[in-house]
Amino acid sequence: MGKTIDFTEKELDEISSYKNIWVFIEQTGGVAHPVSFELLTKARELAKQLDCQVGSVAIGRSVSHLADDVFRFGADKFYIVEDEIFKDYRTEPFRDTLSDLVRKFKPEIFLIGATTQGRDLSGTVATELKTGLTADTTKQEIDPETGMLLMTRPTFGGSLMATIICPKHRPQMSTVRPGVFKAIPVEHPEKGEIIRGKTDLTEDKIVKKILKKVVSSEGNINLGFYDVIVAGGKGMGSKDHFNMIKELAELLGGTWAGSRKAVESGYAPQSRQVGQTGQTVHAKLYIACGISGAIQHLVGMQTSAVIISVNTDQNAPIFDVSTYCIVEDAIRFIPKLIGELKKQKLTAVSYEH
Amino acid sequence: MHALVFIKQVPDASQVRVNYETGTIIREGVPAILNPFEAHAVEEAVRLRSKYGGKVTVLTMGPPQATEALKECLSRGADKAYLLSNRIFAGSDTLATSYALFEGAKKIIELEGEVDLFFAGKQAIDGDTAQTGPGIATRFDIPLVTYLIKLDEVDFEEKRAVATRLTEFGQETLQVPLPAFFTVEETLNELSHSPLPWLIKAARAKFEKLSGENVKLDSEQCGLKHSPTRVKKAFTPEKRQRGETLTGSTEELVFKTSDILMPFLKKDLQHGQND
Repeated sequence: MGKTIDFTEKELDEISSYKNIWVFIEQTGGVAHPVSFELLTKARELAKQLDCQVGSVAIGRSVSHLADDVFRFGADKFYIVEDEIFKDYRTEPFRDTLSDLVRKFKPEIFLIGATTQGRDLSGTVATELKTGLTADTTKQEIDPETGMLLMTRPTFGGSLMATIICPKHRPQMSTVRPGVFKAIPVEHPEKGEIIRGKTDLTEDKIVKKILKKVVSSEGNINLGFYDVIVAGGKGMGSKDHFNMIKELAELLGGTWAGSRKAVESGYAPQSRQVGQTGQTVHAKLYIACGISGAIQHLVGMQTSAVIISVNTDQNAPIFDVSTYCIVEDAIRFIPKLIGELKKQKLTAVSYEH
Repeated sequence: MHALVFIKQVPDASQVRVNYETGTIIREGVPAILNPFEAHAVEEAVRLRSKYGGKVTVLTMGPPQATEALKECLSRGADKAYLLSNRIFAGSDTLATSYALFEGAKKIIELEGEVDLFFAGKQAIDGDTAQTGPGIATRFDIPLVTYLIKLDEVDFEEKRAVATRLTEFGQETLQVPLPAFFTVEETLNELSHSPLPWLIKAARAKFEKLSGENVKLDSEQCGLKHSPTRVKKAFTPEKRQRGETLTGSTEELVFKTSDILMPFLKKDLQHGQND
């Protein structure tokens, strides 16, 4: 730590042949994932410091229509590879195509969303390119002295933060969690340049076939995809009482979850468990109802932006990480809250008319 | 059927505490456990063996103490456990780790025969990177299936598998030729209780050792010195402070909470109107 790093002349030559910042434009069925624009906004800020351009890259069956948005959020260039074989995301053809583009155009920094797709893809691309990859970062800065990218990420379930560098390999790759940066459009967007690439791949060369896609099945839910999560614990007392958790989640446009104890008591399925042995979430709003806050639970949700907790025990550990603490019995409190929210909702609607 | 499961021994993240003065993790007294996702990977491999016959091999890279996690794999039914250990691995990042495990796996194939299915957890609970599995799959140049929630079908004659994985929007079912690499979710299966003979076997187990002596290793790709990434700084996040305790009668609390929630409620309304 803090040591200076020595470079040979050859290493410096190699490094200086890489320029510009790239952002992977993740899309599904032609719809871009919002994290792509969040990353473009961040890339613009970093590019200003490095005095370089922002490139964006998309692979898909049809992605050209994303150009306007991509330029609006600050890309100078948009690299596109379109082909029928890219209709659905598959690791291997995306990996090979993206790796080829990087080898050809040599970006210095490459940012990818830490989504299911981005996490699947980035590890294979970095291995293919034999470069460093820092996963799930929450902060990106340029070291003013060295010009290197400083990538900060939580480890040990958020107990420790580590700032990672990738001194001698390029591109400096990292994945960034959705929602960490804000997407801000450029005031006066300019029409950027579109660069179209081709692929030599054909369907018969791709061994992986997609047989079926099911959208949002109840059996397996990705909680990380939701901005708002309402979770219940053992304090909810019964499976029936979880109906109010579900109703509140629906009112707020989010989804519902449970603590390990709620799962063990049969109130919620394991697929909706938040915590060390369940899913880790970084919600914009997390409402914990009747959850005491065992450390196993806290490591799964404590990075959420706003945490509201309702618990009868004013010393419950959940309150130590909560933005708002409500010392009440959730079973009595939540239905009243739902009633009030419904009333507010009606008022808001009638104002609209 | 031959399944090779990559496993990692990790500190129990729920018992890790932080020294806020030095900004370091207190590992002393923290039990080391088998990465929970990999317990499910071993379970899946053992279930395949009971259905199709064959064997389950596990491999870990780490110091000699990592044998505790290997022992747990044996008690969960694995046939043989390999420990890949070498001083030159110290400080390896994910790229260097996937290299070492790749070379270790190649040696196991040489000793134990071809592998049909490779398994690992979707990520380790200490580093949470989810990169090592995809890295090994890329080095073998075999299909990768991350976030596995169901192995629908395995056909050893046709050498192919049908597998369902979790995606951002739900799930997808894929067909891949074998060998293939799977990283698994905890919902893949429920852990079984170990029968007594497996526990006895684990208690008496001997571990197969792999090192620089029997594995061909390119030292230029190993350890801290040849890892592309470095930890520049480690520090403790600002400890989250207990926020505002809302006060008042239940009715007042309801109003206060509803005010806080208004921005989220409105967002939902706009949604509804657009639909």
